[in-house]
Amino acid sequence: MLNYTIRRILLAIPLLIGVSVIGFGMMHLAPGGPLAVYTLNPTITAQDLYRIEKAFGLDRPIHVQYVKWAYGMFTGNWGNTFFGGRPVREVIFERIPATVLLMGSAFALAIFLGMLIGIAGAMKRYSIFDYIATTGAMVALSFPTFWFGLMAIFVFADKLGWLPSGGMFTLGGEEDLIDRLRHLILPTVVLALVLVAQWSRYTRSSFLEVINQDYIRTARSKGLSGGKILFRHAFPNALAPLVALMGVQLPWLLSGALVTETIFSWPGMGRLFVDALNVKEYPILMGMIIVTAVAVIVGNLLADLINALIDPRIRLS
Amino acid sequence: MSSFLLEVENLKKYFPVTKGLFSRVAGQIHAVDGVSLRVKTKRTLALVGESGCGKTTTGKTILKLLEPTAGKIVYNGTDISAYNPAQMKTLRRDMQIVFQDPFASLNPRNTVGGIVGAGLEIHALVPPKKREAQVAALLEKVGLEPDYMKRYPHEFSGGQRQRIGIARALSVDPKLIIGDEPFSALDVSIQAQIINLLEDLQKKYGLTYIIIAHDLSVVSHIADEVAVMYLGKILEFGSTKTVYDNPQHPYTEALLSAVPVPDPLAKRRRIVLKGDVPSPLNPPKGCRFHPRCHHRFEPCDQLEPKLIKIADNHLVACHLR
Amino acid sequence: MDKQTPEVTRAYESQFRQVFLRFLSHRLAVAGAVVVVMLLGLALFANVLAPKDPLFLDTSKRFIPPFQSWTNFLGTDEVGRDVLSRILYGGRISLIVGIAAMFATVVTGSLIGLVAGYFGGKIDNILMRLTDTMLCFPQVFLLLVLAAFIRPNLVSIALIIGVSSWMEVARIVRSQIMYIKEQDFIQAAKALGASNAWIMFKELLPNSLAPVMVSATLSVANAVLMESYISFLGYGIQAPLASWGNMLTNAQSYFDLAPWLAIIPGVMITLTVMSFNFFGDGLRDALDPRLRM
Repeated sequence: MLNYTIRRILLAIPLLIGVSVIGFGMMHLAPGGPLAVYTLNPTITAQDLYRIEKAFGLDRPIHVQYVKWAYGMFTGNWGNTFFGGRPVREVIFERIPATVLLMGSAFALAIFLGMLIGIAGAMKRYSIFDYIATTGAMVALSFPTFWFGLMAIFVFADKLGWLPSGGMFTLGGEEDLIDRLRHLILPTVVLALVLVAQWSRYTRSSFLEVINQDYIRTARSKGLSGGKILFRHAFPNALAPLVALMGVQLPWLLSGALVTETIFSWPGMGRLFVDALNVKEYPILMGMIIVTAVAVIVGNLLADLINALIDPRIRLS
Repeated sequence: MSSFLLEVENLKKYFPVTKGLFSRVAGQIHAVDGVSLRVKTKRTLALVGESGCGKTTTGKTILKLLEPTAGKIVYNGTDISAYNPAQMKTLRRDMQIVFQDPFASLNPRNTVGGIVGAGLEIHALVPPKKREAQVAALLEKVGLEPDYMKRYPHEFSGGQRQRIGIARALSVDPKLIIGDEPFSALDVSIQAQIINLLEDLQKKYGLTYIIIAHDLSVVSHIADEVAVMYLGKILEFGSTKTVYDNPQHPYTEALLSAVPVPDPLAKRRRIVLKGDVPSPLNPPKGCRFHPRCHHRFEPCDQLEPKLIKIADNHLVACHLR
Repeated sequence: MDKQTPEVTRAYESQFRQVFLRFLSHRLAVAGAVVVVMLLGLALFANVLAPKDPLFLDTSKRFIPPFQSWTNFLGTDEVGRDVLSRILYGGRISLIVGIAAMFATVVTGSLIGLVAGYFGGKIDNILMRLTDTMLCFPQVFLLLVLAAFIRPNLVSIALIIGVSSWMEVARIVRSQIMYIKEQDFIQAAKALGASNAWIMFKELLPNSLAPVMVSATLSVANAVLMESYISFLGYGIQAPLASWGNMLTNAQSYFDLAPWLAIIPGVMITLTVMSFNFFGDGLRDALDPRLRM
């Protein structure tokens, strides 16, 4: 296991490097460069621009800039924002909890509901329920998350008034648990929709594959009840590809979180990203691109390690 | 033209086995381990042995579809062992191959005309307008209707597809054709047809053949000379009559006495061996055959026997002789 | 000759027919295909079908609800433009971007997958590292950053969507190529003296088309989704040009006044994405055993 862990970590390192190179490259290839926001300002003279460039170290050769920037990233010095001069790392990190809350809730809901539907579908294959679930999943996958969010707000917040239309809590009100939960419901459901669909499909096909194996038939012929078969035999074996799915879904979750946060004015990383985009706040954009990519790499790493823990075949190969 | 169209000297082909995080080379598969052959011009040499003994690899290496690890390949007096693909290109017209599996050897997405005409196009042998006529002629040569050229491979039977493969090989006017178990996947009655077709073509066009096979009975009809191969080495070599009438190696004797029927499809994984044949990753010391030999005695597990001439045009590698 | 011998020629239905019949047995897939064709038709003939110029403002006719009259069948928006016309023209834009993006995705991904799969070794390693690295960036983040850099028009948006989605196609093509290149007919081509380019484009690529087709269909769905999102945020198709996405940009503010402005474009997007998804899914099932030659 240790061997596998080391190998896996070693494999992640070139990815991290690659991500940093591409992220850096993107930022610097932008028309107008990292200082585009300043070039748009007519009151800034060429002299000023030159001074700012020197201050940011932008007149050095590109690979030097990269090394300096990468070192900064690694040691936690992510520069300061253009507007306001706050440390970028702080700005980003203070938004992380909100996003994690949203993603986590959506993820938990998705797994719970998705697996339920998927397993039920697999057990009662070709039943009406299964047919509706499968089709419903396909439909749900096609809903644009942002539009679904808009519709959800329209129905539940504007028309019915049951739930708030945005934000994490009511300003000036009691910031208690109930209030927070009420604010959490809609964004979570919206974000989770597509995930539930993916999970139910995946779970269903994974279970179907396992159920049709001979060792399940053996268990059944031994007289084991359906429930026992499900949990002791089918479940553990169907689990492995699902853990892999978790890793694959992470980028999707992050993307979806961005979309959901913009619609619901949720104070998370995604919202920060779009706001930064609007004012061309490059340091934040760069920091966030790296943060999300690193999150994906780490997430996949964890998923692989968990998988190896569960499925002995993986770590022994 | 020299009397030997193809000479192979001490040909070796090893495949590295990688292990570990950085793909360390953990061992070598000795697929072909010092094979020497000579094929007389316009004659047929049969290369026989069990599945996995390295005969297909030998055939592919001779054609430089695989790069030899060591050894010499001399075609028509020229050493081509170190030729790069560019140098090989013109030479490729001379040396062609017919494959074992009629279903995998033809591109399912191409028409028969496209498949047979590919060689004509690659080497610009005929102007595009004349290609169709040439393809028709080739199809007729192998006994197929010319208007088959518009059809697709899946519309044909195994025997017909094999004929298409032969037509493809003929399209570039080769002098040497290597048949990699061309009969193994065919029904017995069809086998006879294909054998006859190959013989006719050989007489008509003065072709030289190397036929790779595991079925000695099939091969006896068409081959002038036979080489028996085991675990990457040649154990016996001689004219068909001599070897069949007077086999000198215990392995040859065993082969002749029983007709082994290994699954022809299994041998496509030529690296992995199943059954009693030892792994080419770690061949037995001394004579490769000794663990399975009835006549094994003192030197067999220590010293590897060399291929020695025991009669006119009959060589054998065995301590018994 | 062949005629004299009673060889049994197996009666194969043409592969295409088999796939086609299997596809037809999936009702949803067929429905999806039909809707796709209808949408393409609407987009193609938008200029014929649209009753009005989608850019024509008439502030005297703001916020007319749909289904009230025949002149503005789907109503008008906040500056009096006819919603039906904007939907039709917007659909044309969205579909053009979607299909163009699909081409960008498929061509890039196929080339990379082809080269990686065929040459193997170091080239494969580098290309796969690149692919894996690109996959670490969540698509929307990547897309938005790129969108902020470019001057948004049909072509540039299609290209950046292509840049952010080629990875899956590359993987699919690569694995297909690596499987096929061991087949004998590839060796035969090499024996004939075919060049690498010949083998890649004439022998390998045509045999990888099946999974690529499925990917292509699904990528249109994804591209339409992405375009609508970035247009919604203002980084895609720019106003006053209509796209289903940017029609939703201000919809949130007019929920009370004119909910149809938010509902109708969204329905169109969902319908489009759904039909391409069903179509692609049906294709995948129909091609299933054929996915590997």
